[in-house]
Amino acid sequence: MESLLSILIWLPVLGGGLVLAIGNNRSESAKWAAVAISVVVFALSLMLWTGFDTSTSAMQFVENIPWIAQFNINYHLGIDGISMPLIILTTFSTILVIVAGWEVIQNRPADYMAAFLMMEGVIIGVFSSMDAILFYVFWEASLIPMLLIVGIWGGQNRVYAAVKFFLYTFLGSVFLLVSLIYMYTIQGDGASFSLAALNDLPLTLIEQSWIFWAFFLAFAVKVPMFPVHTWLPDAHVQAPTGGSVILAAIMLKMGGYGFFRFSLPITPDASSEFATVVIALSLIAIVYIGFVALVQKDMKKLIAYSSISHMGFVTLGVFALFSIVEMGTDGNIIGSLEGVYLGLEGAMIQMISHGFISAAMFLVVGVLYDRLHSRDISTYGGVINSMPKFTGFAVLFAMANAGLPGTSGFVGEFMVILSALQANFWYAFLAATTLIIGAAYTLWMVKRVFWGPVTNSAVSTLSDINNREFFILATLAVAVLVMGIYPQPVIEVMHASVVNLLEQALTTKLPVTL
Amino acid sequence: MIDYQFNIADLCFALPEIFMLAAIVVILLLDLYTAKRFQNLTYYLTQITLFVTGYLAFTLIGESQVIFDGTFVLDAMGSTFKVFTMGFAMVALVYTRHYLKVHNLFRGEYFVLALLSVLGMMVMISAHSLLTIYLGLEIMSLSLYTLIAIARDRATAVEAALKYFVLGAIASGLLLYGMSMIYGITGALDIAQVAAFATSATLASEQVLILNFGLVFLVIGIAFKLGAVPFHMWVPDVYQGAPTSVTMFLSTVPKIAAAAMLVRLMIDGLGAMQAYWSDLFMVLAILSIALGSLVALMQSNIKRLLAYSTISHIGFILLGFATGVIEGYGAAAFYVLVYILMSLAAFGSIIALNKQGFEAEQVADFRGLSKHSPWFALIMLVVMLSMAGVPPFIGFFSKLFILQQVVSAGYVYLAIIAVVFAVISAYYYLQIIKTMYFDDAEGEIAVTAPIDMKVVLSINGILILVIGLMPSYWMELAISLF
Repeated sequence: MESLLSILIWLPVLGGGLVLAIGNNRSESAKWAAVAISVVVFALSLMLWTGFDTSTSAMQFVENIPWIAQFNINYHLGIDGISMPLIILTTFSTILVIVAGWEVIQNRPADYMAAFLMMEGVIIGVFSSMDAILFYVFWEASLIPMLLIVGIWGGQNRVYAAVKFFLYTFLGSVFLLVSLIYMYTIQGDGASFSLAALNDLPLTLIEQSWIFWAFFLAFAVKVPMFPVHTWLPDAHVQAPTGGSVILAAIMLKMGGYGFFRFSLPITPDASSEFATVVIALSLIAIVYIGFVALVQKDMKKLIAYSSISHMGFVTLGVFALFSIVEMGTDGNIIGSLEGVYLGLEGAMIQMISHGFISAAMFLVVGVLYDRLHSRDISTYGGVINSMPKFTGFAVLFAMANAGLPGTSGFVGEFMVILSALQANFWYAFLAATTLIIGAAYTLWMVKRVFWGPVTNSAVSTLSDINNREFFILATLAVAVLVMGIYPQPVIEVMHASVVNLLEQALTTKLPVTL
Repeated sequence: MIDYQFNIADLCFALPEIFMLAAIVVILLLDLYTAKRFQNLTYYLTQITLFVTGYLAFTLIGESQVIFDGTFVLDAMGSTFKVFTMGFAMVALVYTRHYLKVHNLFRGEYFVLALLSVLGMMVMISAHSLLTIYLGLEIMSLSLYTLIAIARDRATAVEAALKYFVLGAIASGLLLYGMSMIYGITGALDIAQVAAFATSATLASEQVLILNFGLVFLVIGIAFKLGAVPFHMWVPDVYQGAPTSVTMFLSTVPKIAAAAMLVRLMIDGLGAMQAYWSDLFMVLAILSIALGSLVALMQSNIKRLLAYSTISHIGFILLGFATGVIEGYGAAAFYVLVYILMSLAAFGSIIALNKQGFEAEQVADFRGLSKHSPWFALIMLVVMLSMAGVPPFIGFFSKLFILQQVVSAGYVYLAIIAVVFAVISAYYYLQIIKTMYFDDAEGEIAVTAPIDMKVVLSINGILILVIGLMPSYWMELAISLF
């Protein structure tokens, strides 16, 4: 398929338009249309996997047509081993949120489904853009559906959360835009916004530093990293369940992806220069935010903070590489390649695994919220008595969140910790504390919500999950376990691209001075 | 200039203007003698006049002439600008009719005055002498003053008209003073001769000083007309006080002519002094962007809010001109057209909410619109996001092109300041989106506009998205004008 990526982007966007056109008055048809489109898109996205050549780091499924000729901006799509798994994660999660919103969303259901479909297309666009301006267009456009999802279907304080989310991320990304324009203008003749051109552009350390921090602001807000994470708890708590799922499972990954795709290859020297700062912020996120999660009374807030803490592993895994290896003068890499691959691939695995686990955790809270309309831990207690099947799933996901071996949560974190150990003992030590803190906040929440005596009559009348909820949670449970037991296929897919990325990250771009 | 020979064939280059003037006279007379129930006749004739004039201007694209003893120029920019002026004026009048109908302001004079002001704009666009520029400006401005006062029983409208008149007169005075300086030192009114004088290498330092002196007054005059800070004081009051249809007209169509005036005076005439006026424009631009973004945050009247939003858009336009390169002028011209497209849709949406006895003026009037009129709420959403500069809408690309030129001219810090204020301004655009989508409606609000207005408004909104997805052609067109 020549234009598979275009189909994957535009089918959901136009499909969302169709669902909007069907309208809220015919919500049953709209829902079925939405679910049909999302399933078709997921099936098509699997063709990316089956048709993928794991032996090369070159871009695949490439489409390249001129878009804005005056500035050499092209509609340039392509994927490699880093973006492909994230695209499949996106199409997978979209089915789940659409099914999850089935009966729950009574207010304007068609609009709700349409927003998620459009969001899906736009995010696939983010992950497959090979042109910086195209990337930026998709990157910013993804804010619009999320703004509406939080603002229309969110909780009490939704307006504040939606506006804060939008402005925070908007402010982060405009500096990205300015630095892209800057790199375009210094290229001279034949300048272009293609990522390949930006990757090859020599930059002095001063320029790289400015650009690095501009990138950092854009991506760190999205990840989110300490100290620019404060929008996330608000957005998560106020968003409807589906919004939280997409936010945690996919939108946060856009930040991590940005570090892979922009920061490392375009500003390698500055990345190396400031790696320690990023690592420090990552470790603060892992440890400090973990403690913050411990004291939360609101389940969604707890999971939101746990997300920030887990995403710290992604940035840690990426930036630890500069402490492990360096480029020798003869062009050979000095240091433990194994350690670096563990870090980068661990970061990727962590992103995908966190996509499953956080989605599952938010859906678990969603199931409870739909029944009792409360997110407070103190409302619950002894849920297992009335919802045994549900509790089984919830405990599994909680274990995965705590990083139990055999679940996907363990694989990524363990790989990153091993990698960090090669960089610096204390990095690994601090990162490893998450296995305790994470277990503490997750299991304590499980204890208070699911175990113990039934606290009130409302809890005792809870009905267990229905088939629809069972289907969603079971799918995620399978994904978490498969990734936990046999992550090798995913690692193989990304390996060639990771090797290439490492090469780029270690090759200096400083102009040669004679 | 005694040796000037009038050539009758030259008249056909001014055919659009001549046709329009003739049509205005005919419409004025016809309107006088038509019964009240045929009132729509004036409206339709006006639209036809605009269409035919636009078509005539369109056929002249490609001609390049300076005629009438150097007072009138026909070039690619002039003809293209005229076509766009006609098109935008037609759209504006479609929206206007609904407003006039529901507020009992529907009178033939309204359309005649609008046509007269458009005629003034055409003269400004094609002016090639300081005198013709002033002539066009005054035809335009006097018609606009009267248009505002057409709602003569509304105190706010009369106040706005008076304010606009007084401040407009001051601006004209400053402009004339600058022109007299230029004339005094160069001895010429013809823009080409002014340019020749300014580029000649043998200028004494006093001559440069006087040229500069004149230049500053010209810049002030232009800034007044465009509404750039610190010469913006009239903008919010006039926008708020004038009937919404006039505000819409005022904030959109004349901006093309104002941009043309800037091009004729600064780029064509005093291009040699670019280093001087670029700095002035840069200061005006940054002040406008900053003040427009900050003060709009506190507005609850949507017309006033859009006034400040206009000021910040003007800042971006001036930033494009300040770069002093052709691509920058192209980006600025592109921004002008995009701004007008967005502004028309924004005011169109406000007017669409107007009903018999109900004047939509507050942001709160949009409350819950997405429930009752989801399609028009969506259009307003697109317009607001586009104005905020969020892709994939056209407003993003117009900002992108400006920023690209600013960075390329070496002013990275200006680009950073501009984008920071763009983020701040996003807040108030979000407030409108919030009002439409996140708030519940108090009463029944629904769009009850007639079908022609609904269709045009829909196309207007869709264009903001579609041109955003493929801006290449329009950008190329804008650059080719210079």
